[in-house]
Amino acid sequence: METIFALSSARGKAGVAVIRISGPNAVDAAQCFVQSLPSPKQAALRKIVSTEGEHLDTALVIFFPKGASYTGFDTVEFHVHGGIATVKSVLLSLSSLNQLKMAEPGEFTLQALMNGRMDITEIEGLGDLIQAETEVQRRQAMKLFTGVLSQKVKSWRSNLIKSASLLEASLDFSDEELPSNLLKQCEENLVGIIQSLQDEIKGYKAAERIREGFEVAIVGAPNTGKSTLFNFLARREAAIVSEQPGTTRDVIEIRMDLSGLPVTFLDLAGIRETSDPIEQMGVNKACERARDADLRIFLQEKGKELKQSPVFQSGDIIRITKADLIYPPPSNGISGKTGFGVDSLKDCVVLELETRSQTAMTAAHARQLAAIKSSFNSLNSAVYNLQTEDNPEIASEDVRISIRELETLIGYVDIEDILDEIFVGFCIGK
Amino acid sequence: MKHFDVIVVGGGHAGVEAASASARVGACTALVTMQSTQIGTMSCNPAIGGVGKGHLVREIDALGGVMAVSADQAGIQYRLLNRSKGPAVQGPRAQMDRKLYRKSVQYQVSLNQNITVIEGEVSDFQTSGDRIAGVELSDGTKISARAVVLTTGTFLRGIIRIGTESKAAGRVNSPASTILAKRMESFGISMGRLKTGTPPRLDGRTIDWDKLEPQDGDKNPVMLSFMSTEPKVRQLACGITKTKSKTHDIIRENLHESAIYGGHFESAGPRYCPSVEDKVVRFADKESHQIFLEPEGLDDHTVYPNGISTSLSAKVQEKFVHTIEGLEQAVILQPGYAIEYDYVDPRSLKSTLELKSTSGLFLAGQINGTTGYEEAAGQGMVSGLNAAHYALGKEMIVFSRSLSYIGVMIDDLVTKGVSEPYRMFTSRAEYRLSLRPDNADQRLTPLGMEWGIVSEERAKNLDEKLDQIRQGRELLNSYELTTSEAKKIGIRMGSGLSRRKGEELLSLTGVNFELLKEIWPDLLSIAPEIASQIEREAMYANYLKRQDQDANHLRQQESHALNKSLNYRRISGLSGELQEKLSLIKPQTLGQAQRIEGMTPSALAILLVESRRLESRL
Repeated sequence: METIFALSSARGKAGVAVIRISGPNAVDAAQCFVQSLPSPKQAALRKIVSTEGEHLDTALVIFFPKGASYTGFDTVEFHVHGGIATVKSVLLSLSSLNQLKMAEPGEFTLQALMNGRMDITEIEGLGDLIQAETEVQRRQAMKLFTGVLSQKVKSWRSNLIKSASLLEASLDFSDEELPSNLLKQCEENLVGIIQSLQDEIKGYKAAERIREGFEVAIVGAPNTGKSTLFNFLARREAAIVSEQPGTTRDVIEIRMDLSGLPVTFLDLAGIRETSDPIEQMGVNKACERARDADLRIFLQEKGKELKQSPVFQSGDIIRITKADLIYPPPSNGISGKTGFGVDSLKDCVVLELETRSQTAMTAAHARQLAAIKSSFNSLNSAVYNLQTEDNPEIASEDVRISIRELETLIGYVDIEDILDEIFVGFCIGK
Repeated sequence: MKHFDVIVVGGGHAGVEAASASARVGACTALVTMQSTQIGTMSCNPAIGGVGKGHLVREIDALGGVMAVSADQAGIQYRLLNRSKGPAVQGPRAQMDRKLYRKSVQYQVSLNQNITVIEGEVSDFQTSGDRIAGVELSDGTKISARAVVLTTGTFLRGIIRIGTESKAAGRVNSPASTILAKRMESFGISMGRLKTGTPPRLDGRTIDWDKLEPQDGDKNPVMLSFMSTEPKVRQLACGITKTKSKTHDIIRENLHESAIYGGHFESAGPRYCPSVEDKVVRFADKESHQIFLEPEGLDDHTVYPNGISTSLSAKVQEKFVHTIEGLEQAVILQPGYAIEYDYVDPRSLKSTLELKSTSGLFLAGQINGTTGYEEAAGQGMVSGLNAAHYALGKEMIVFSRSLSYIGVMIDDLVTKGVSEPYRMFTSRAEYRLSLRPDNADQRLTPLGMEWGIVSEERAKNLDEKLDQIRQGRELLNSYELTTSEAKKIGIRMGSGLSRRKGEELLSLTGVNFELLKEIWPDLLSIAPEIASQIEREAMYANYLKRQDQDANHLRQQESHALNKSLNYRRISGLSGELQEKLSLIKPQTLGQAQRIEGMTPSALAILLVESRRLESRL
């Protein structure tokens, strides 16, 4: 393994910049620049001196020994002054050492993976954590990062191994005195696991939305004040507003943090019958985006309430627009001009999305969902083969496939694990 | 000085298959054994086959081996285990007349002109550099050979214990090989100790059979060999009885003098074949354990009580045996005993069963940490085949996991090593649905033909079977049903195809050959055993496709050779434990590395990266 180094804090001028060296030769390399390393995990001030003998900076130095570091390798951090030139000169000096290599993006984490400090799902969580912009996103990423999904997978896996051992015992040791209800017991176990896999699958949609953000489309006929409302929400002139109906043809997006939820509002073209082919394209696109969004806010002018819109879905919100022109303003009215009803609208959106967020489980990546789904399918087939077909050896094949699928999320299984379960549980042997 | 191509040391189940395979390849082969009259002796239970083990027997047979053919000459009771389950997990098994089996094996050995039997104890090896050159007998005779196969079973520093008494022996009434064990150490091989045990042998005339439930053989006996059609000798029943709480009390009271519980042994015994002491201690809440009373032969009164292997003293054995239903008056002909012996860590072997450290020296059987006649015989066949190929300068043969249980077993041994005596289970085979006892000939006989180790008769047999299967399939697939036609006769086709051919219909729930014969009486022309074979394939058809994909994936990984000069101890990203294991095993491929216990995805990635780096430097 190579020893790598990089600036680990953000680029640019700052009070302090952290330069990290990690790998089998990290200690040797660091000692080319400081006279002595502080005791493990203790910060101490050291002079950073280049190999040519030039005093580059005086920095806080911390040594994390192998096994107690993020990467699992010996790691040394220089907390230097954050001037651009200082950082550059230290990095330049480090790169002059043959035993050191500039880290590729993500390479410290790769080292952590290789040293078994983290598994893949945890790294996915870390990625999410770095990307997290809102509180709900941060909390969800933490679940992955701290290994909640790993724990779940490990528990499903050990449950499946137990079930497999019941099946295998009935196959490999059928001439022994085994309890008669092995297959029944196995079936019950499997049904339980299927249930919790199903919960995870159901919760994926919400988790994925939290990770990627919810889309809320503002929908209505042309000139119903969609862009006005949108701009009020954005508190800036993001969309072009004019009196000419049909101005907004492209979809305009604004990403917001609504009470910790990542929400992207979409300002769409007004939906109406039109003979202008260009406008028609905009309308089609608007319908499509509106349909795909997580939630829709329908703006309707008083007296021009539309009949059921084809894109309306349960949970959607309807508001009477231009409430500033109505006296007294209706309770479900809204105005992008005065801001009347905007807070109540936001509350409404947050309430609806929060309800949906609560169904979120831990799996938040397509890769994770795919593995869980195939595992789920194989288990259903296993139960079918036990209940309907009386083919335990095929059911066992299904369980094996299902275990393998889950393991693509974390690690490997060994047949010895299954045999261990058998021998712990039953008196085998004539 | 005598010279041979191959010397096989040991005349047990591994030695016999090794000598036979080597001789069938055409190598001039010596079979060296302490007593030639003991060739083919069954030192433990009088049965061959079973679930997993039956798979091995069929594979050995498919390659022209000795075991199944001999066993079918001596079978006194046939039972197909797991008969009610699918064909992939069925286990053909037969009780043996010990004497007939031994006689039959010795006859098979005598048939082969290339085998010379030599009586004597091998006391030393002759080497030339790091190559084997021959063996030396304890009387000073030297025999030279290009290759040597060692199949010494439990004889290496064997110690038999009954109660607190112990003596050096390879099995009852046979001396142990101690000189050889010392010599083995000089090869720098890592060795360990294992133990196993047997029950007391009873005089069948003193058993009260009337009290006991008999267990008969199958009405339609399934033979072990593809070449056999029916049992050769009179068929017998076994008896079933069980231990009582009084039995358990006596055992518990005397545990202190059990060789196993008295602290005389420190080695590992098998978990799946525990002594009766083990059962009483580990499963204390179980009130009774089943015992199968197996006759040892047609004109032999000895009965083997399968289920009560023990190393308690002879006196205690008698006492507890007499508490068992039907055995109140039973006379013990020979007390049960435990045996502890040396084994070689099989991770010091290549997949050809050749020692990594010494060219031309092959190891097979219990010496590699396995248990069971069938496991020994399977390795014997592979080691004999490869020893002969080595001696004759032909390419060595590796059995793949995706093609045979033999391959699974050897790969497990050389990759994972053993912590207890290794026994075959069907659950060890990841391609279980395709590696079935019924198709062992289809899988392996063509290879045997290629290597020249199967008889013409066997090859012809297979050709005929394949021909019939092909014709049967053609006939079957000349018929088809549409969804609505199928519905009329009660077959649910489900979604997907709107019409299905005969074979596709067979893979559906509730459709079997019997039913199809009613629709198309023409199918009656297909012989019943051929019809069953087509049925078995169809039953697993969907899963076989997936297993094929997996097997391809495995072959890809197997084809990814790891650089031989990898220095695992210097790869710092690996844990100390993995560094040790990898240095010991020196996996030849990425696939083999993956199966090492404790291997992690990240460690694999590191291996791949390091291996590639070495390649690119060359």
